[in-house]
Amino acid sequence: MSMLELHGVCAGYGGFRALNDISMAVEVGESVAVIGANGAGKTTLLRVISGMLPAAAGRLSMEGQDLRTLPAHKVLSTGIAHVPENRHLFPRLTVEQNLRLGAFLPSARARFPERLDYVYGLFPRLKERRLQFAGTMSGGEQQMCAIGRALMSGPKLILLDEPSTGLAPVVVQQVFELVRKIRDDGYTVLIVEQNVTQVLAVVDRAYLLSVGRVEMSGRSADLLASEAVQKTYLGL
Amino acid sequence: MTCSLDIFFLEAVLNGILLAGLLALLSLGLNLVFGVVDVVWICYAELVMIGMYAIFFAYSTLDLPLPLAMLIGITFTALLGVALHMIVIRPLLDAAPINQLLATGGVLFLLQAAATLAFGIEFRNIGVHLGSASLGDMFFSWGRIITFSVALATMLGLRYFLRHSYLGLAILALSQDRHVMPLMGADSRRLYAATSALGGGLAGLGAALMVLQFDIYPQIGLQFGPLIFMVCVLGGLGNMLGGFVAALVIAQFITIGSSCFATEWGYAIAFLFFILMMFIRPQGLLGARS
Ligand SMILES: Nc1ncnc2c1ncn2[C@@H]1O[C@H](COP(=O)(O)OP(=O)(O)O)[C@@H](O)[C@H]1O
Ligand SMILES: [Mg+2]
Repeated sequence: MSMLELHGVCAGYGGFRALNDISMAVEVGESVAVIGANGAGKTTLLRVISGMLPAAAGRLSMEGQDLRTLPAHKVLSTGIAHVPENRHLFPRLTVEQNLRLGAFLPSARARFPERLDYVYGLFPRLKERRLQFAGTMSGGEQQMCAIGRALMSGPKLILLDEPSTGLAPVVVQQVFELVRKIRDDGYTVLIVEQNVTQVLAVVDRAYLLSVGRVEMSGRSADLLASEAVQKTYLGL
Repeated sequence: MTCSLDIFFLEAVLNGILLAGLLALLSLGLNLVFGVVDVVWICYAELVMIGMYAIFFAYSTLDLPLPLAMLIGITFTALLGVALHMIVIRPLLDAAPINQLLATGGVLFLLQAAATLAFGIEFRNIGVHLGSASLGDMFFSWGRIITFSVALATMLGLRYFLRHSYLGLAILALSQDRHVMPLMGADSRRLYAATSALGGGLAGLGAALMVLQFDIYPQIGLQFGPLIFMVCVLGGLGNMLGGFVAALVIAQFITIGSSCFATEWGYAIAFLFFILMMFIRPQGLLGARS
């Protein structure tokens, strides 16, 4: 049994089908990327996994537990933390208050101090800015805060939705190094990205999504070498 | 009476500060609910009225000790706040603001009519007289002094609760981004219910302080409702610190105006100032948006 399993998952908005018959799996300790063009359904996929959007059909499970029967706010306690597209920090709360909210689950509250140390260790910048309003920080710092907030719940699987969007190239590099680092620390990672070359350099496997379907999947090196990826994303 | 810088003037200023305590406390719950739920409880003063009746009957009819009667009143309005949210607000959470106003406005008339039917139009009083404290030649009613102290303590307590407890932080967070709350493992519906209980409970606390100073009758909401809204809007709707500052300003207009001219003039000047300020600063004294 894989950690996260999807079988024939469909989902959409009103009458519109954004995801069609998606099947995929993420193993414990892996880092997996989902790549694809704008509008391919990558964000929708992560929203279905974290319960923000109900699946219309298919099976969806985390460590064998059925996710489709859980309300959205119960998904976090199965060990899935979601860093949403555009971060969605609480702009007029301080960095540390944002991190506290990441530890809102009763089971996470007791371990708040040690996890705060871990997050501040990963992101010393956040510690310097702990009393600053999150909305007043730079894009890169806000992304770190959003990832830190997700780590505060002590998840097993962390979903990242385009963490590099809108960041300066140097900062983008830091984000990808971070993905490698948290995977080495034992977190399982599922990351959605448009920076195809860079993300494929840090993950183990990837899925290529196209108009709501899995077009291709495999080890990142194989995808990088494939004609489909080279033509569409690397302009070769 | 003429207006000069004498002891009467000083007494009026100090009484204004004490009156501000009540206005600030009454505006606190309304501001909290608006800031978080983004819906104005037009019927807020009627919740206070119901709370006053609850305390009156628990104390005078059931013969319970006054503190216990007050606790019952506060619990009752807290539950009423939750009921108001679940029955009236929740179905309209994404509706146009005008529909939300009409719905809570309907509750205003419903509560007033129900109170008139159930309790009649007679004035009631719990008959507790706390007397006055004297400072030199000036006199201040204990009711006002207690009210001011409780209001100040409640404001500081609420501020601490919102910033330092998990539940309080989640309520603040909900006011800033309600859609992301499930990703924190928080059930927005329960947080809204908790906020409404808090808002209702604050109305009950206001009622507990008002029974010390005022008669109880079904239309008392009409006397205080407009003042509470004026304070909230002047301070910047949803801004609790703004509400406190606005309460101080409005109360000064009322007490100094009353002391220099006549009581009616005090209120008239306060409203005039309010209207003027709405032209100059429509977002309120400390409000950020319009
Ligand atoms: N809230 C929404 N309502 C209606 N359609 C949506 C909504 N969000 C996304 N879509 C549509 O669903 C499809 C997939 O979107 P999305 O998952 O955001 O793609 P991606 O993240 O890969 O860019 C797109 O065609 C998009 O227009
Ligand atoms: Mg997207």
